[in-house]
Amino acid sequence: MQELIASLVSVAFHGTAYGMILYVISVGLSVTMGLMGFANLAHGVFAMAGGYLLTTAMDSWGVPFPLALVISFVLVALGSVVLERLLYARLYSAGELAQVLFTIGLIFIATAVARLIYGTLQQPVHLPEYMKGQFSLLGRDFPTYRVFIILFGAALVSALWFGVERTRFGAMVRAAVDNRAMAQSVGIDTQMLFMATFALGSGLAGLGGALGAEIIAIQPSYPFEHLIYFLIVVAVGGLGSLRGPFVAALVIGIADTACKYWVPEFGAFLIYVATILLLLWRPAGLFGRQA
Amino acid sequence: MRHNGSYSASPRIGLIEWLPWLLGVAAFFYLPEYLSLGARILVYILYALSVDLVVGYAGIVTLGHSAFFGLGAYAAGILSAKVGVTDPMLQMLVAIASCALLGAATGALILRTRGLTLLMLTLAIAAILLEVANKATSITGGADGLSGITVAPIFGLFRFDLFGKTAYWMCLVVLFICWWITRRIIYSPFGASLVGIRENHVRMASIGSPVSMRLLTAYTLSAMLAGVAGALLTQTNQFVGLNVLSFESAGELLVMLILGGVGRIYGAFVGPIVYMIAQDQLAKQFPEYWSLGIGVLLVAIVLFARGGLLGIVDLVVAHAKRGKSAFAGKEAP
Amino acid sequence: MKSRTAFKIGLGLVASVLAMSATAQTVKIGFISTYSGPMASLGEEMERAVKLYMKLNGDKLPAGVKVELVARDDGGPNPDKGKQLAQELIVRDHVNFLAGVVWTPSAIAIAPLVTEAKVPFIVMNAGGSVITTLSPYIVRTSFTLWQAAYPMGQWAAKKYKRAYIAVSDFAPGHDSEAAFEKGFVTGGGEIVGRVRMPVSNPDFIPFMQRAKDAKPDIVFSFIPGGVQSTQIMKAFGDLGLAKAGVKFVGTGDIVSDEELPNMGDAPLGAVTAHHYSTAGDRPANKAFLAAWHKEYGAKATPNFLSVASYDGMDAIYTAIREQNGKIDPDQTIAILKNYKNPNSPRGPIAIDPETRDIIQNEYIRETRRVNGEMANVEIETIPDAKDYWKVFNGKK
Repeated sequence: MQELIASLVSVAFHGTAYGMILYVISVGLSVTMGLMGFANLAHGVFAMAGGYLLTTAMDSWGVPFPLALVISFVLVALGSVVLERLLYARLYSAGELAQVLFTIGLIFIATAVARLIYGTLQQPVHLPEYMKGQFSLLGRDFPTYRVFIILFGAALVSALWFGVERTRFGAMVRAAVDNRAMAQSVGIDTQMLFMATFALGSGLAGLGGALGAEIIAIQPSYPFEHLIYFLIVVAVGGLGSLRGPFVAALVIGIADTACKYWVPEFGAFLIYVATILLLLWRPAGLFGRQA
Repeated sequence: MRHNGSYSASPRIGLIEWLPWLLGVAAFFYLPEYLSLGARILVYILYALSVDLVVGYAGIVTLGHSAFFGLGAYAAGILSAKVGVTDPMLQMLVAIASCALLGAATGALILRTRGLTLLMLTLAIAAILLEVANKATSITGGADGLSGITVAPIFGLFRFDLFGKTAYWMCLVVLFICWWITRRIIYSPFGASLVGIRENHVRMASIGSPVSMRLLTAYTLSAMLAGVAGALLTQTNQFVGLNVLSFESAGELLVMLILGGVGRIYGAFVGPIVYMIAQDQLAKQFPEYWSLGIGVLLVAIVLFARGGLLGIVDLVVAHAKRGKSAFAGKEAP
Repeated sequence: MKSRTAFKIGLGLVASVLAMSATAQTVKIGFISTYSGPMASLGEEMERAVKLYMKLNGDKLPAGVKVELVARDDGGPNPDKGKQLAQELIVRDHVNFLAGVVWTPSAIAIAPLVTEAKVPFIVMNAGGSVITTLSPYIVRTSFTLWQAAYPMGQWAAKKYKRAYIAVSDFAPGHDSEAAFEKGFVTGGGEIVGRVRMPVSNPDFIPFMQRAKDAKPDIVFSFIPGGVQSTQIMKAFGDLGLAKAGVKFVGTGDIVSDEELPNMGDAPLGAVTAHHYSTAGDRPANKAFLAAWHKEYGAKATPNFLSVASYDGMDAIYTAIREQNGKIDPDQTIAILKNYKNPNSPRGPIAIDPETRDIIQNEYIRETRRVNGEMANVEIETIPDAKDYWKVFNGKK
């Protein structure tokens, strides 16, 4: 019995940490897809960029870890605005196929650029001493860094909810998700809104990539390899919501860890099956508006 | 030249359409050291053709066609390595049958959805197959790949050799048959209705076209073609690796198709030929710049030349014709 | 229409390539390794060793004979790619030898090709036992996982009772799992749990947590060396397994020499079995390290892949010398079957004429801090270790 509880605690803990990372990375994708209807498969590129920026900032520029996280967020957000204005914006009204191919093209480019700059090896993250080692709670040891991830993720979720539910900007985003034409006609500058949301979402992905560099290894094939998990979070959670991806990310993080822990011989098989069943049952995801 | 699916538009095979086959035969005699590359190109043309049928004609955006390509490859491979069936025709038939089953079963479930959900479902189905192939090591070989595949001589006469001579002929003949069938399908009333559904499925439904049945049929047919391509790959390589099921290779295939031109049969020919010859010659020397180039090319095509290489050819031809007629007009007294 | 143009371009390119491949008295070695992807460091270690050997031993070739290396990248454990590259090297580049190959799956996929084409194939890393049985033209200069994991199991059984096994989920992982289990269980130990982990980019934390929760005395592990060894060490350290009294044992892959400086204190006390450690106290090893540092800088560290590749090149050069540069496949294999080197950096080695696999010393090593630097210190030697899988199963 005690052993079972011990395993349950382990799985819940590591799964939550992983789920938080998935959430921080994917929430931006959910909002931008819901807002702009853009099938952006290249979202992982922003997460990868965040991870690379973190290691560069810490190792080459000598920036301390917390500041490096901020840098990852800000630089990725700024970079994404450039991409959005130059490229994405041209394809808002194009078909799905064009968007899919375009973003696959972006993945190829990002992969190549990452390889040219950083080589193909995985980037090691040199965490500060206070993030290493274990943290004791109720007689059990937990890796300190993962405790930090969970706390940080929880704080971020609260901030996002507050931002979307309680601020003017949040209200505009919600209005535009619900009915873009109407939002436009009541005087909301949707183009500006798109840009700001895209920047925020991509910046969060960069932050998530940086935060999760210890768990999801930063290397050039990152955007391809983890795309399916980001998409699952978005599709299962439902487009355009904040709550949906959060629940989905936690469920998937915990389920994935549980599978690795108890039935490693199945790999991610069960997750994919569950995703398919869920999407067949609710095509718009758990919290999306059903058509 | 992108034909709009009207089935009155010349179902007869034009003279120029024989050219690829002549070149295919010529390559056998003039490029003996490149036959295994040639065979691989032919396999990918067939794979691209199957994807073109769903993406280009029926307008189903799928990222998961590698499921069928991989299933065909593994079906043929497992049959040979684990069951001991070495006859290439029999392997092919089993590959086709299993892909038809999977295509019909998954198609019936997922084609009701659209957009991100459909994309996600196709992706997840391919991911499931990849995971099964990865984990069912006793049957599939897992990450080690499936080796020990033997393919008996075709009709007991032609042995699969180191230089890929037999494999090349086999691929060429099979591709020819599949091309002929696909062409018939596309120029039939059925093909025309697919294009109609792609352009406006609501209207097609309201004029009484059985939309979901049509889509399911196209999806299943395409799955079978992809399965043939997969089985051919297994017979050519006498090896199956997890790569056939990976998302990256599915992405690569889409790149080839868009490069040639979507929804125009011969785009599926031009794309793989150009892509794979260029890859063979350039990717070894400049691996980093290779995927950079591919990415830039893809973005450029989406932004500026949606019709791919063949679309550019169309534009050039149209421009030349216009120029000529303008010139002729001036000449006239 | 466009397809004709494309094909013309293709024909042109092909013609130019054909024109270049005219050769005189040159022995061509097709070398397949991993230069890109998450495992790229492995290919570099191998190629550096090959190039170093060629540079230092040019004078050991018969007069007028040149050696040309044709290197290809398989990008990681992609057996289909490996097979395709081998086929091209044989058919297009007409190589006299195939060499290199990091991955067991690739070597297995290549085996039927070298049998059909009669090309001697020198395996310089891939350590799955079965490889050499798949073609009479395969000779291995590296190691097998049975060679390391079986003695590891025997050694561990003398001190510990309960073991947890965590290995990568592919042929070499399965080999090391079976080998360790046989050694450990016949020695009286008990396996309390096991897990097979993905080959590429795994997050080791859930697997190590599971190992910890099973409360074993030791965790035995094999992963494909390089960067992954640091990751699994980190997971072992972060979860506090050492603090909980669990010992880490494995094949030498978990404490790859070149990665040791990145691991912090986590590997202290880890016990591993392997055929090569840079800390090995032999004159030949000292000379090898000196040459390596002179060529690639004081910070560069060779590892077990480097040594196997270095020795593999020596075997190839021996075959070239004895045939005076005219390579006959069957004679080459006859020569290589009797290849011996009493002075390899890893100690005395020989090719077993029965199996074409390597016979070498296995060392039990403990990771310690020596003069401020981490090192795998050899504490016991098992002389003339064969591939135990072939010994137990009567395979050749």
